[in-house]
Amino acid sequence: MPKATRESFGEALSELAPKNPQLVVFDADLSKSTMTQDFAKKFPDRHFDFGIAEHNMIGAAAGMALCGKVPFAASFACFLSGRLESIRIAVAYNKTNVKLVGTHAGLGIGDDGASQMGLEDIAAMRALPNMAVLQPADAVETKQVVAWALAHEGPVYLRLTRQKLEDVHDAGYHFAFGVPDVVWEPESKPRHYQTTIFASGGTVGPAVSAAKTLLEKGFKVRVVNVATLSPFGPESIEKFTLDSSRFVTVEDHNVNGGLGGAVCEAVAEVGTPIPVVKLGARSFGESGTGEELYHKHGLSAPHIVEACLKNLD
Amino acid sequence: MSKTVAVENQAAEFKQITKQLRVDIIRMIEAAGSGHPGGSLSVIDLLTVLYLKFLKHDPKRPDWADRDRLILSKGHACPALYAVMAYTGYFPKENLMTLRKLGSSLQGHPDRLRLPGIEFSTGSLGQGLSVGLGMAMAAKLDKKAFKTYVILGDGEIQEGQCWEALMAAPKFKLDNLVMILDHNNGQIDGHVNEVLPIDPMEDKLKSFGWEVSAIDGHDFAQIEKALSQAQKAGQVPHAIIAKTVKGKGVSFMENAIAWHGKAPNKEEADRAVEEILNA
Repeated sequence: MPKATRESFGEALSELAPKNPQLVVFDADLSKSTMTQDFAKKFPDRHFDFGIAEHNMIGAAAGMALCGKVPFAASFACFLSGRLESIRIAVAYNKTNVKLVGTHAGLGIGDDGASQMGLEDIAAMRALPNMAVLQPADAVETKQVVAWALAHEGPVYLRLTRQKLEDVHDAGYHFAFGVPDVVWEPESKPRHYQTTIFASGGTVGPAVSAAKTLLEKGFKVRVVNVATLSPFGPESIEKFTLDSSRFVTVEDHNVNGGLGGAVCEAVAEVGTPIPVVKLGARSFGESGTGEELYHKHGLSAPHIVEACLKNLD
Repeated sequence: MSKTVAVENQAAEFKQITKQLRVDIIRMIEAAGSGHPGGSLSVIDLLTVLYLKFLKHDPKRPDWADRDRLILSKGHACPALYAVMAYTGYFPKENLMTLRKLGSSLQGHPDRLRLPGIEFSTGSLGQGLSVGLGMAMAAKLDKKAFKTYVILGDGEIQEGQCWEALMAAPKFKLDNLVMILDHNNGQIDGHVNEVLPIDPMEDKLKSFGWEVSAIDGHDFAQIEKALSQAQKAGQVPHAIIAKTVKGKGVSFMENAIAWHGKAPNKEEADRAVEEILNA
C-alpha cells in the first residue's frame, strides 16, 4: 500500500522506542509534519520540541548524543541543510551519534512551493566526512533504514518524502548499507542492458514504470535503487558498468552533487567509458501538484523512457 | 574570621597558580607562532577556579560518566584551557609546546577526538551553549547530578544561535547548566560595544529567565561566590557575566585589540613573562 516514507519513519520510532531507551526525538515545531507525534504521545518524556530554532536543536542533539542518547532530530530537509554549519561542526566534525531526519524532500511536496523543497540537501550532506546519507524508497525499506540508523554508531542523514510512494520492495527485502539494490529487471535477463537506471527515494517508482514501458517497446533496462547516497564510490557501481551501455540517473534533487553527481564521480573513478544521462532539478521548485512538478521538471516516467532511448543508434 | 582568612589564602594560591598558567599561555603561543593571547588571558582566572575548585572531574578518567562537563565555546582561547588541563594532569606539560603543530593533540581550536578531556570540539562560535544544553538535558533525563558549564565570549554572543539556546534553557528548567560570559569587550574587528553592542547583558539574560550574577572575572573571591551560587537547584539556569580585561596581566596586551589573535615574538614574550612574574 502506498505510504509516505515520513509515515513509516514515525511508525518505526514508536516501534523501536520500548526496547531502546536511549532513543530520543527532537523537533523544531514540525512534529505534525515529520510524523513524530505518535512517538511524542506515547513517550512524552523522550520527545523535545525546540521551537523554530533548528541550530539549537542540532547542537542540543550533539550534546545529548555525547551523553549516550541517540537523538533523531527531524525537520524539513531544507531547514536542516540550511543549518549546515551546525551540522558540519556539532554532528560531522565532532562525530556525534546524531540522526538528522529531513522530511519533505524535493519537488514531490508540491503545493508549498520552492522555499519548502529540499533540493540541495544530499549535495551538502555528501560533502561532510563521517556522515552516512540515506534515502529509502518505500515503507519496507524505511523501517529497516531507521533501525539501521539507530544501531549505527555515528552521524546519519535520513532523507524522507512527504508524498506517498508505491512499494518497490517485497516484504522479504533486506536493506544492506552501502549496497545499491536492483529493484526491477526483466524476467529473462539479457547479457547486456541497454540502460541501467539509478533512482533514489521518490523517483524509484517512476523509474520502475519507465522500465516496464521500455520492455513493452523491446528495450531491456534495469532499475537500481540507491538508498545509501554516502558513502558511494566506484565499488557501488562497478558491476553495473560491465553490462550496461548507458546509465540514466533520476533524482528529486538538484542534478549537481546528488545521485547524478555521485554516479558520475564513481564512473570516472571506475574508468569505463559509459555515458550518463542525469535527470533531476535544474532550478528551484515552484507550486503545483507533485505529479505536475515531476512532469514539468523532467522526472516522470515518460522522461525516463526518453532519456533511455535518446540518441540510440 | 577564620573563613575570611581561608578565602584570602586560597585567593593568594590562585594568584600564584594563574601567574604560572599565564606564562604557559604566552610561551606556547610564542612557540606556535600564532594563536589568541588576548582572550586566553581574560578567561584563565575563571578556568582555574573552575578546574581547581568546582569541576567534578578526574584527569585520569576523562570518560568518567558522572563528571561535570565544561565546554569552552570560545574555542580560540584554548591555550588557557590547555594550560589548566596540563596543570591538573590531563597530559604532560611539555606537550604545551606542540600547540598548533602537525600531529599535535593540541589543535588550534580544541578537538575532542584528539585530546581526551575536551567535551566538544569548538571554534565555530555560537554552538557551545546549545551542546551544553543538550548535555544538561541528558543529565535531567538520566537523573544524574553532573553539571554542565559553558564559557562563551562576549563577541560570540552576537551569534543568533546563542539566543536560541538562551530561550530554550529556562523552558527545560536546566538548573544544572551554568553559562559563563567572558565579557572582555574585544573582538577581531574592534570593541564589542562598537562592532555590535550586546549590553545590557544582565537585563537581557534576566528577561530571558536566567539567574544572573555580574562579577569581576579576575577577582577570585567573586568568581568563587558566583560559582557557589550557581550550584543551587531551583529549575532556573545560571549565568555569570564576568567582566574581564582582554590580555589581562600583560600591560601592552591589555585592552589592545591587536593582541586578539597575534603571537608575541621572543622579545615580546620575555617582556610579558617578566611582567607576569613580577606582578
